[in-house]
Amino acid sequence: MTDQLRGELVLRVNGADRVVSLDNRVTLLDALREHLGLTGTKKGCDHGQCGACTVLLDGQRANSCLLLAVAVDGREVTTVEGLADGDDLHPLQRAFIAHDGFQCGYCTPGQICSALGMLAEAKEGLPSWAGGDLDGIAPADLDDDEIRERMSGNLCRCGAYAGIVAAVREVAGG
Amino acid sequence: MRAFRYARASDPGAAATLVAGTPDAAYLGGGTNLVDLMKLGVLRPGLLVDVSGLPYDVVEHRPDGSVLIGGAVRNARLALDEGIRRRYPAVARAVLAGASGQIRSQATVAGNLLQRTRCPYFQNISTPCNKREPGSGCSAIPGAHRDLAVIGTSDSCVASHPSDLAVALAAHDAVVQVRRPDGIERLVPIHDLHRLPGDTPWIETVLEPGDLITGVQLPAPPDGALATYRKVRDRWSYAFAVVSVAAVLRRDAGGRLDEVRLALGGVAPKPWRLWATERLLTGTDPGDDEVRAATRAAFADARPLPDNAFKIDLAAGLVAAVLRVPDGAGR
Repeated sequence: MTDQLRGELVLRVNGADRVVSLDNRVTLLDALREHLGLTGTKKGCDHGQCGACTVLLDGQRANSCLLLAVAVDGREVTTVEGLADGDDLHPLQRAFIAHDGFQCGYCTPGQICSALGMLAEAKEGLPSWAGGDLDGIAPADLDDDEIRERMSGNLCRCGAYAGIVAAVREVAGG
Repeated sequence: MRAFRYARASDPGAAATLVAGTPDAAYLGGGTNLVDLMKLGVLRPGLLVDVSGLPYDVVEHRPDGSVLIGGAVRNARLALDEGIRRRYPAVARAVLAGASGQIRSQATVAGNLLQRTRCPYFQNISTPCNKREPGSGCSAIPGAHRDLAVIGTSDSCVASHPSDLAVALAAHDAVVQVRRPDGIERLVPIHDLHRLPGDTPWIETVLEPGDLITGVQLPAPPDGALATYRKVRDRWSYAFAVVSVAAVLRRDAGGRLDEVRLALGGVAPKPWRLWATERLLTGTDPGDDEVRAATRAAFADARPLPDNAFKIDLAAGLVAAVLRVPDGAGR
């Protein structure tokens, strides 16, 4: 493989294995959108600053624009397309609708994947810079400052932050 | 982006041989900085050797009270570790102060130490930069240097080191564990890992080709000491430090400081220990003015530029604030 500038790899996305042949330069983001037809994950800045491309990699949040597809060969990728159960939306998706957590909607898939990863981190006990101590905090006890701090890797140019925070808080408390 | 070959390392020996024997090879960890710089055309490796799967992903608390943090440990995993939170709160806080949730989940400890400056000219291939293109000149000195270094700089380069974690590790006298290509382990005090720019700003560390950071050793913290990390930045979250400080402090029964370790971020090309300040403050119970003066004393050799000279006063105020409330929440 080391003599090759491209290679065949298995992308395990939303529980399904897809074999693709890709140039080593292709990011996970471009592989999802251009090669697997999964356009729910969005390209914003393409430099890890805006969070629009956020997916879960083995359950952890990641900017898919900063991951090389070849480096995630065989690992578990979850995108926004993998959250709903048929027409039955994920609670975070329902909450974003109920709380007007978007205007144009471009950042929304990244916001939702990020929130999902963030709530898992909190459940595991990861503290944040917003906390007074380092004890961590249960998802249900996350206040607005905690949510804003933990979600700071996701920008919303429409400024729907009030709705985003409310949606995340509702699901965290649920 | 230049086309490159990719290899996933299954053992460190093979990885090191590959990297040491290939002039344009680079190790790949979490990739959060490297992949970005490759997209920008700043870095153009011909071979990436992915070491993120090597078994250096454990935080090991040792019987002697020290800790070995594996080089491949992800930043978020480090901040989650209970022993780190309890015994090295400055380290946990520094991790949590840096980057975003997404980046902390992927970025590794070794990669954090080796991340590159965010000097805007280093990251922009259309502008001269001695670090990126030796001999081309420094655009920052006559240009936008407000966020860059004030001490340890040279006429060639004023880039600042962007890490938060490295600052806390410096305050704890961490030792970087390096595996050489011949398999021999080399221990590098964190104070000696990064080099100052001088006339060769493109040489940033003492590492040789193929050297791999396998871990960071943290000595047991001094009994009864408090440690914290504070960071001043232009926005509340997801921003690099204008100035940050990591402190390990202990007072004797009379209230005098008998242990003082201070390291600054945002002011230098490497995490910057305030050795002079520590000497001046040890054995005293200093007031605000004395702390500020002692901090300024450590900047005697500073080379501030018009738009970043304010960092020296800011550092003095920040150190004074930390000494007032050393166990505070860090912000």
